[in-house]
Amino acid sequence: MELVCPAGTPAALRAAVEAGAHTIYCGFADETNARNFPGLNFDRAEMAEGIAFAHARRAKVLIAINTFPHAGAEPLWHRAIDDAAKVGADAVILADIGLLAYAADRHPDLRRHLSVQAAAANADVINFYAETFGVRRVVLPRVLTVDEIAAINREIDVETEVFVFGGLCVMAEGRCSLSSYATGKSPNMNGVCSPASHVDYAEEPGGLTARLGGYTIHRTAKGEPAPYPTLCKGCFVSGDQTGHVFEDPASLNATQLIPALARAGVTALKIEGRQRSRAYVAEVVRSFRAAVEAFDAGRAMPEGALAKLSEGQAATTGAYAKTWR
Amino acid sequence: MTDLDLPDLDLTVGPNPFFWDAATVRGFYQSLASAPVARVVIGELVCSKRLPFWQDEIAGAVETLLAAGKSVAVTSLALVTLKRERKATAALSDISLPVEVNDLTALQSLPAGQPFWVGPLINVYNEGTLRWLAKRGATRICLPPELPLDSITVLARLGRDLGVAVEVWGHGRLPLAISGRCYHARLHDHAKDSCQFVCGLDPDGRDVETLDGQKFLAVNGVQTLSQSTASMAYQIEALRDAGVASLRLSPQSGDFAAICKGYADRIAGRITAMELVSYLVGQVPGGQLSDGFVKGPFGAHWSAAPPAKALRPGL
Repeated sequence: MELVCPAGTPAALRAAVEAGAHTIYCGFADETNARNFPGLNFDRAEMAEGIAFAHARRAKVLIAINTFPHAGAEPLWHRAIDDAAKVGADAVILADIGLLAYAADRHPDLRRHLSVQAAAANADVINFYAETFGVRRVVLPRVLTVDEIAAINREIDVETEVFVFGGLCVMAEGRCSLSSYATGKSPNMNGVCSPASHVDYAEEPGGLTARLGGYTIHRTAKGEPAPYPTLCKGCFVSGDQTGHVFEDPASLNATQLIPALARAGVTALKIEGRQRSRAYVAEVVRSFRAAVEAFDAGRAMPEGALAKLSEGQAATTGAYAKTWR
Repeated sequence: MTDLDLPDLDLTVGPNPFFWDAATVRGFYQSLASAPVARVVIGELVCSKRLPFWQDEIAGAVETLLAAGKSVAVTSLALVTLKRERKATAALSDISLPVEVNDLTALQSLPAGQPFWVGPLINVYNEGTLRWLAKRGATRICLPPELPLDSITVLARLGRDLGVAVEVWGHGRLPLAISGRCYHARLHDHAKDSCQFVCGLDPDGRDVETLDGQKFLAVNGVQTLSQSTASMAYQIEALRDAGVASLRLSPQSGDFAAICKGYADRIAGRITAMELVSYLVGQVPGGQLSDGFVKGPFGAHWSAAPPAKALRPGL
């Protein structure tokens, strides 16, 4: 199976390729991609160099242009697609209908992948994207079980890619404006979710309090690990219940599901985390490359190697297991 | 700068996002027949499991509304995953009413040339997307509630050029997210598949507060809403100048027809923004209003609120 790995910087790209990534995905340093964080991503020259480095080692590079262009500002996104074609990207990862139409029209030979931000969650809508915009691969949203993924693959002709490790969206991706409700900045419009610029920590009698846009997201006792205040993983109150109403601060680890995902017809496994360090990316990529090779050789999946890299030290298989719902 | 040849803002009632019993649904649509709204979108938006409990009401409601001179469309589900949901979505194009597409799945079965509406859960953020949808047959588009006035202005103008009526979220708890997971079931310690329809206990969704008691969100089955009710009460002139064709009013409990009348009176200049607001505060669940997505630093912001620092506890 193809291993698709994140790179937020040229150094992370090189580290991921050297650690065994078959494919790297990355973005330009602006609002055109969904990890628009300070100090992250590639300028045009870095992208061209990164692609040359990867291609020389027979790895591919996909460029994520997966936010939704602002009305009146489409040229920024169109230039990103034009430049992706120019620097020789192996594919662009798109979510917006207007951009898919633009890419199909202007760059018909540039391979188009459908971003998870389009949340294409069934065979009919995937066939719509394939037939209408010539999409060749779909990154599936994190709302599907393994059985549902298998059923989808029986009814479509394009490839599927699924997330196996990293931060977990609880909501259908690209269809969530919780972050902008609290902060004014959203994944769809700004390429950020629960941005650090709006996070405050305060030592209070009840413990370390983390707020996002002034809203309390969680409070942790002294000495406890304090996860980043991602809105949907916060601790809230509803009636007589206090807890993680939406999702616990766990991250996705589907290593053990690699054989089942392969049987379900999945082409590529994706690792989340373009915002992560080069060392983190290298370690995760090495572990998953070992897991993929173990699977290819018919051996059991390696256990527990990635647990300490998981956010908040807890891991889940998320929606892949039906009980998650 | 309103072009005198163009019709003024009118009102569209969106699909009811909540799980109400059949009798409540019946009374709701009967009351809309005499409300000053131009059109109504009906159907199950949030959860396909709810539909069998009230679908027998749809035909009668449609008949009542059409007889009262309203346009009526039927919504698709917001998130289509199951086989029966796909079938139901495909079957929408056989109904002799326009489909309001709230998941692009509905487009795969819609014959080319058949006009359709686009709901607020479709990501129409820019001209390229609006143009593509217009070419595919969209005649009305309700923009995502997240859009600021600048974007609304660009898109409403393009809509007028292309003959597509552009609508803006005018009133109602904001649809912030949709998920595979049911939060109502989770709060009651039920699995989604044996949810016991607990979302029906909360006619406006179940409120979610922060640990410090800040009013924040509301869960409605698989949907997450804002706890504040968005209201364009103060934005009528700005939206009219932007060329917006219609305001979408999203159903809530209480006297919804009277709320519709409040907006119609505000548009017609019979009452002021402040008069409408002082009425709405007593009508909306929790009494909290917002208009920050359209005009403000963040979605929960309210134009009439005191300066941001005082509004946001903890800062």
